[in-house]
Amino acid sequence: MAQVLFWLCAIAAVVTGIAVFRVDSMARATFALLASFIFTAVTVLLLDLAYLGVLVILMMIMEMVIMAVFMIMFMMNPAGLMPMTMVHNQKGSLAIAVGTFVVLATGVLLVPWPGSDRARPDDPTMQLGEALMGSKMLVMIVLGLALFATMVATVVLATHRGRYDRYGDRLDRKRPDDPVPGGIGR
Amino acid sequence: MSLQEFLLLASALFSVGLYGALSQQSIVMIMMGLELMINAVIVGASAFWYFVSPDRPDGQVVVLLAVTAMAVEMAVGFAVTTAIFRSRDVDMTDMAADLKG
Repeated sequence: MAQVLFWLCAIAAVVTGIAVFRVDSMARATFALLASFIFTAVTVLLLDLAYLGVLVILMMIMEMVIMAVFMIMFMMNPAGLMPMTMVHNQKGSLAIAVGTFVVLATGVLLVPWPGSDRARPDDPTMQLGEALMGSKMLVMIVLGLALFATMVATVVLATHRGRYDRYGDRLDRKRPDDPVPGGIGR
Repeated sequence: MSLQEFLLLASALFSVGLYGALSQQSIVMIMMGLELMINAVIVGASAFWYFVSPDRPDGQVVVLLAVTAMAVEMAVGFAVTTAIFRSRDVDMTDMAADLKG
Protein backbone atom coordinates (compact mmCIF):
# COMPACT_ATOMS: atom_id res chain seq x y z
CA MET A 1 0.00 0.00 0.00
CA ALA A 2 2.67 2.50 1.06
CA GLN A 3 4.75 1.34 -1.89
CA VAL A 4 1.97 2.09 -4.40
CA LEU A 5 1.23 5.44 -2.76
CA PHE A 6 4.92 6.36 -2.88
CA TRP A 7 5.26 5.61 -6.59
CA LEU A 8 2.03 7.44 -7.44
CA CYS A 9 3.16 10.52 -5.52
CA ALA A 10 6.73 10.36 -6.85
CA ILE A 11 5.62 10.20 -10.48
CA ALA A 12 2.98 12.89 -9.93
CA ALA A 13 5.55 15.14 -8.23
CA VAL A 14 8.00 14.87 -11.14
CA VAL A 15 5.28 15.27 -13.79
CA THR A 16 3.84 18.40 -12.15
CA GLY A 17 7.41 19.66 -11.65
CA ILE A 18 8.02 19.35 -15.40
CA ALA A 19 4.64 20.97 -16.08
CA VAL A 20 5.82 24.11 -14.23
CA PHE A 21 8.15 24.89 -17.14
CA ARG A 22 5.81 23.67 -19.90
CA VAL A 23 2.50 25.47 -19.35
CA ASP A 24 1.87 28.90 -20.86
CA SER A 25 0.01 30.48 -18.00
CA MET A 26 1.98 31.74 -15.03
CA ALA A 27 -0.90 31.05 -12.66
CA ARG A 28 -1.00 27.45 -13.90
CA ALA A 29 2.78 27.16 -13.43
CA THR A 30 2.46 28.36 -9.83
CA PHE A 31 -0.24 25.85 -9.00
CA ALA A 32 1.62 23.05 -10.79
CA LEU A 33 4.56 23.82 -8.49
CA LEU A 34 2.22 23.73 -5.50
CA ALA A 35 0.95 20.31 -6.59
CA SER A 36 4.53 19.08 -6.96
CA PHE A 37 5.37 20.25 -3.42
CA ILE A 38 2.27 18.60 -1.95
CA PHE A 39 3.03 15.28 -3.67
CA THR A 40 6.59 15.30 -2.33
CA ALA A 41 5.28 16.24 1.12
CA VAL A 42 3.09 13.11 1.00
CA THR A 43 6.21 10.99 0.41
CA VAL A 44 7.77 12.71 3.45
CA LEU A 45 4.64 11.84 5.43
CA LEU A 46 5.12 8.19 4.40
CA LEU A 47 8.45 8.31 6.30
CA ASP A 48 6.71 8.95 9.65
CA LEU A 49 7.69 12.63 9.57
CA ALA A 50 4.20 13.93 10.34
CA TYR A 51 5.29 17.35 11.62
CA LEU A 52 7.72 18.16 8.80
CA GLY A 53 5.35 16.89 6.12
CA VAL A 54 2.45 19.00 7.35
CA LEU A 55 4.81 21.97 7.80
CA VAL A 56 5.92 21.72 4.16
CA ILE A 57 2.30 21.46 2.92
CA LEU A 58 1.06 24.46 4.93
CA MET A 59 4.10 26.60 4.12
CA MET A 60 3.93 25.81 0.41
CA ILE A 61 0.23 26.66 0.12
CA MET A 62 0.86 30.14 1.56
CA GLU A 63 4.09 30.60 -0.40
CA MET A 64 2.53 29.67 -3.73
CA VAL A 65 -0.47 31.93 -3.20
CA ILE A 66 1.93 34.84 -2.55
CA MET A 67 3.95 33.74 -5.57
CA ALA A 68 0.83 33.82 -7.77
CA VAL A 69 0.35 37.49 -6.83
CA PHE A 70 3.96 38.29 -7.76
CA MET A 71 3.62 36.31 -10.97
CA ILE A 72 0.70 38.42 -12.07
CA MET A 73 2.62 41.59 -11.06
CA PHE A 74 5.80 40.86 -12.95
CA MET A 75 5.03 38.53 -15.82
CA MET A 76 3.99 39.75 -19.24
CA ASN A 77 1.59 36.88 -19.88
CA PRO A 78 0.00 36.02 -16.53
CA ALA A 79 -3.15 34.42 -17.89
CA GLY A 80 -1.49 32.45 -20.69
CA LEU A 81 -3.90 33.72 -23.31
CA MET A 82 -1.33 33.37 -26.05
CA PRO A 83 1.35 30.69 -26.27
CA MET A 84 4.84 32.00 -25.63
CA THR A 85 8.19 30.77 -24.44
CA MET A 86 10.68 32.69 -22.38
CA VAL A 87 13.74 30.51 -22.37
CA HIS A 88 17.38 30.91 -23.31
CA ASN A 89 19.79 28.14 -24.26
CA GLN A 90 17.11 25.49 -23.91
CA LYS A 91 19.11 22.68 -25.56
CA GLY A 92 22.13 23.29 -23.34
CA SER A 93 20.06 23.39 -20.15
CA LEU A 94 18.18 20.25 -21.15
CA ALA A 95 21.46 18.43 -21.80
CA ILE A 96 22.90 19.55 -18.45
CA ALA A 97 19.72 18.56 -16.58
CA VAL A 98 19.49 15.12 -18.22
CA GLY A 99 23.22 14.56 -17.67
CA THR A 100 22.88 15.50 -13.99
CA PHE A 101 19.99 13.08 -13.59
CA VAL A 102 21.90 10.25 -15.26
CA VAL A 103 24.96 10.82 -13.06
CA LEU A 104 22.89 11.07 -9.86
CA ALA A 105 20.73 8.04 -10.72
CA THR A 106 23.80 5.95 -11.56
CA GLY A 107 25.28 6.88 -8.19
CA VAL A 108 22.02 6.13 -6.40
CA LEU A 109 21.74 2.68 -8.00
CA LEU A 110 25.40 1.66 -7.77
CA VAL A 111 26.40 2.80 -4.28
CA PRO A 112 25.79 0.15 -1.59
CA TRP A 113 23.82 2.37 0.81
CA PRO A 114 24.08 1.57 4.49
CA GLY A 115 20.98 0.42 6.27
CA SER A 116 20.05 0.71 9.89
CA ASP A 117 18.43 -1.71 12.27
CA ARG A 118 18.46 0.75 15.15
CA ALA A 119 15.11 1.46 16.72
CA ARG A 120 13.08 4.34 15.30
CA PRO A 121 11.91 6.89 17.86
CA ASP A 122 8.31 6.62 19.02
CA ASP A 123 7.69 10.26 18.22
CA PRO A 124 9.98 11.82 15.58
CA THR A 125 8.59 15.29 16.32
CA MET A 126 9.66 14.94 19.96
CA GLN A 127 13.11 13.88 18.77
CA LEU A 128 13.38 16.97 16.55
CA GLY A 129 12.09 19.32 19.24
CA GLU A 130 14.48 18.03 21.86
CA ALA A 131 17.39 18.29 19.42
CA LEU A 132 16.54 21.89 18.50
CA MET A 133 16.28 22.92 22.13
CA GLY A 134 19.35 20.90 23.10
CA SER A 135 22.26 19.62 21.05
CA LYS A 136 21.23 21.45 17.85
CA MET A 137 20.44 24.78 19.54
CA LEU A 138 23.12 26.56 17.50
CA VAL A 139 21.29 25.64 14.26
CA MET A 140 18.09 27.16 15.61
CA ILE A 141 19.90 30.35 16.72
CA VAL A 142 21.54 30.81 13.32
CA LEU A 143 18.22 30.16 11.52
CA GLY A 144 16.49 32.75 13.68
CA LEU A 145 19.21 35.30 12.99
CA ALA A 146 19.09 34.56 9.24
CA LEU A 147 15.31 35.00 9.19
CA PHE A 148 15.58 38.32 11.03
CA ALA A 149 18.28 39.54 8.62
CA THR A 150 16.00 38.48 5.75
CA MET A 151 13.11 40.55 7.10
CA VAL A 152 15.30 43.66 7.42
CA ALA A 153 16.91 43.15 4.00
CA THR A 154 13.62 42.58 2.18
CA VAL A 155 12.03 45.68 3.70
CA VAL A 156 15.09 47.79 2.81
CA LEU A 157 15.16 46.43 -0.76
CA ALA A 158 11.45 46.82 -1.38
CA THR A 159 11.10 50.34 0.06
CA HIS A 160 10.62 52.88 -2.69
CA ARG A 161 11.53 56.17 -1.00
CA GLY A 162 12.50 56.04 2.63
CA ARG A 163 13.08 58.91 5.07
CA TYR A 164 16.76 59.17 4.07
CA ASP A 165 15.68 59.93 0.49
CA ARG A 166 13.28 62.59 1.69
CA TYR A 167 15.21 64.25 4.53
CA GLY A 168 18.84 63.67 3.49
CA ASP A 169 21.46 61.32 4.90
CA ARG A 170 21.54 63.14 8.26
CA LEU A 171 17.76 63.59 8.41
CA ASP A 172 18.36 67.33 8.83
CA ARG A 173 16.44 68.71 5.85
CA LYS A 174 13.75 71.17 6.90
CA ARG A 175 11.38 70.28 4.07
CA PRO A 176 11.26 66.81 2.47
CA ASP A 177 12.69 66.52 -1.03
CA ASP A 178 9.76 64.98 -2.85
CA PRO A 179 9.34 64.73 -6.64
CA VAL A 180 5.82 66.07 -6.24
CA PRO A 181 5.51 68.56 -3.37
CA GLY A 182 2.31 68.47 -1.45
CA GLY A 183 0.78 66.95 1.59
CA ILE A 184 0.75 68.71 4.89
CA GLY A 185 4.34 70.01 4.57
CA ARG A 186 5.90 68.32 7.56
CA MET B 1 10.00 1.60 0.03
CA SER B 2 13.75 1.84 0.00
CA LEU B 3 16.37 4.55 0.29
CA GLN B 4 17.22 4.19 -3.39
CA GLU B 5 13.68 4.93 -4.56
CA PHE B 6 13.57 8.11 -2.50
CA LEU B 7 16.98 9.20 -3.76
CA LEU B 8 15.83 8.58 -7.34
CA LEU B 9 12.84 10.84 -6.72
CA ALA B 10 15.18 13.45 -5.22
CA SER B 11 17.53 13.32 -8.23
CA ALA B 12 14.61 13.64 -10.66
CA LEU B 13 13.24 16.69 -8.81
CA PHE B 14 16.74 18.21 -8.62
CA SER B 15 17.30 17.76 -12.37
CA VAL B 16 13.92 19.28 -13.29
CA GLY B 17 14.69 22.25 -11.03
CA LEU B 18 18.16 22.60 -12.54
CA TYR B 19 16.67 22.69 -16.04
CA GLY B 20 14.26 25.43 -14.95
CA ALA B 21 16.90 27.51 -13.20
CA LEU B 22 19.22 27.33 -16.22
CA SER B 23 16.74 27.81 -19.05
CA GLN B 24 14.14 30.29 -17.82
CA GLN B 25 14.52 34.02 -18.50
CA SER B 26 12.02 35.36 -16.03
CA ILE B 27 13.42 35.93 -12.53
CA VAL B 28 10.32 34.47 -10.87
CA MET B 29 10.50 31.29 -12.96
CA ILE B 30 14.17 30.86 -11.99
CA MET B 31 13.12 31.03 -8.36
CA MET B 32 10.62 28.23 -9.05
CA GLY B 33 13.48 26.09 -10.36
CA LEU B 34 15.54 26.79 -7.23
CA GLU B 35 12.58 25.83 -5.05
CA LEU B 36 12.30 22.48 -6.83
CA MET B 37 16.01 21.86 -6.21
CA ILE B 38 15.64 22.61 -2.48
CA ASN B 39 12.59 20.33 -2.45
CA ALA B 40 14.87 17.52 -3.60
CA VAL B 41 17.07 18.20 -0.56
CA ILE B 42 14.00 17.79 1.68
CA VAL B 43 13.18 14.39 0.14
CA GLY B 44 16.81 13.20 0.34
CA ALA B 45 17.33 14.31 3.94
CA SER B 46 14.09 12.73 5.19
CA ALA B 47 14.94 9.46 3.42
CA PHE B 48 18.43 9.42 4.96
CA TRP B 49 16.94 10.06 8.39
CA TYR B 50 14.40 7.23 8.03
CA PHE B 51 16.62 4.58 6.46
CA VAL B 52 20.15 5.32 7.71
CA SER B 53 20.08 7.02 11.10
CA PRO B 54 16.59 7.19 12.63
CA ASP B 55 18.05 7.21 16.12
CA ARG B 56 19.72 10.61 15.58
CA PRO B 57 17.81 13.84 14.76
CA ASP B 58 20.35 15.18 12.21
CA GLY B 59 18.27 14.31 9.12
CA GLN B 60 15.23 16.13 10.47
CA VAL B 61 17.34 19.19 11.31
CA VAL B 62 18.59 19.28 7.69
CA VAL B 63 14.95 19.24 6.49
CA LEU B 64 14.19 22.19 8.78
CA LEU B 65 17.25 24.00 7.38
CA ALA B 66 16.06 23.37 3.80
CA VAL B 67 12.56 24.65 4.57
CA THR B 68 14.05 27.83 6.04
CA ALA B 69 16.37 28.24 3.05
CA MET B 70 13.31 28.01 0.81
CA ALA B 71 11.48 30.76 2.70
CA VAL B 72 14.55 33.04 2.75
CA GLU B 73 15.24 32.48 -0.96
CA MET B 74 11.66 33.32 -1.84
CA ALA B 75 11.50 36.49 0.28
CA VAL B 76 14.85 37.90 -0.84
CA GLY B 77 14.18 36.91 -4.46
CA PHE B 78 10.92 38.85 -4.53
CA ALA B 79 12.53 41.85 -2.80
CA VAL B 80 15.36 41.95 -5.37
CA THR B 81 12.83 41.58 -8.22
CA THR B 82 10.80 44.46 -6.80
CA ALA B 83 13.88 46.66 -6.41
CA ILE B 84 15.28 46.04 -9.90
CA PHE B 85 11.85 46.31 -11.54
CA ARG B 86 11.23 49.62 -9.79
CA SER B 87 14.55 51.17 -10.75
CA ARG B 88 14.99 49.83 -14.29
CA ASP B 89 11.78 48.06 -15.41
CA VAL B 90 13.71 44.80 -15.65
CA ASP B 91 11.97 41.46 -15.14
CA MET B 92 14.23 39.24 -17.25
CA THR B 93 17.69 38.02 -16.33
CA ASP B 94 19.10 38.87 -19.76
CA MET B 95 18.41 42.55 -19.12
CA ALA B 96 20.30 42.50 -15.80
CA ALA B 97 23.70 41.28 -16.97
CA ASP B 98 25.74 44.12 -15.41
CA LEU B 99 27.95 41.79 -13.42
CA LYS B 100 28.70 39.49 -16.37
CA GLY B 101 32.46 39.12 -16.53
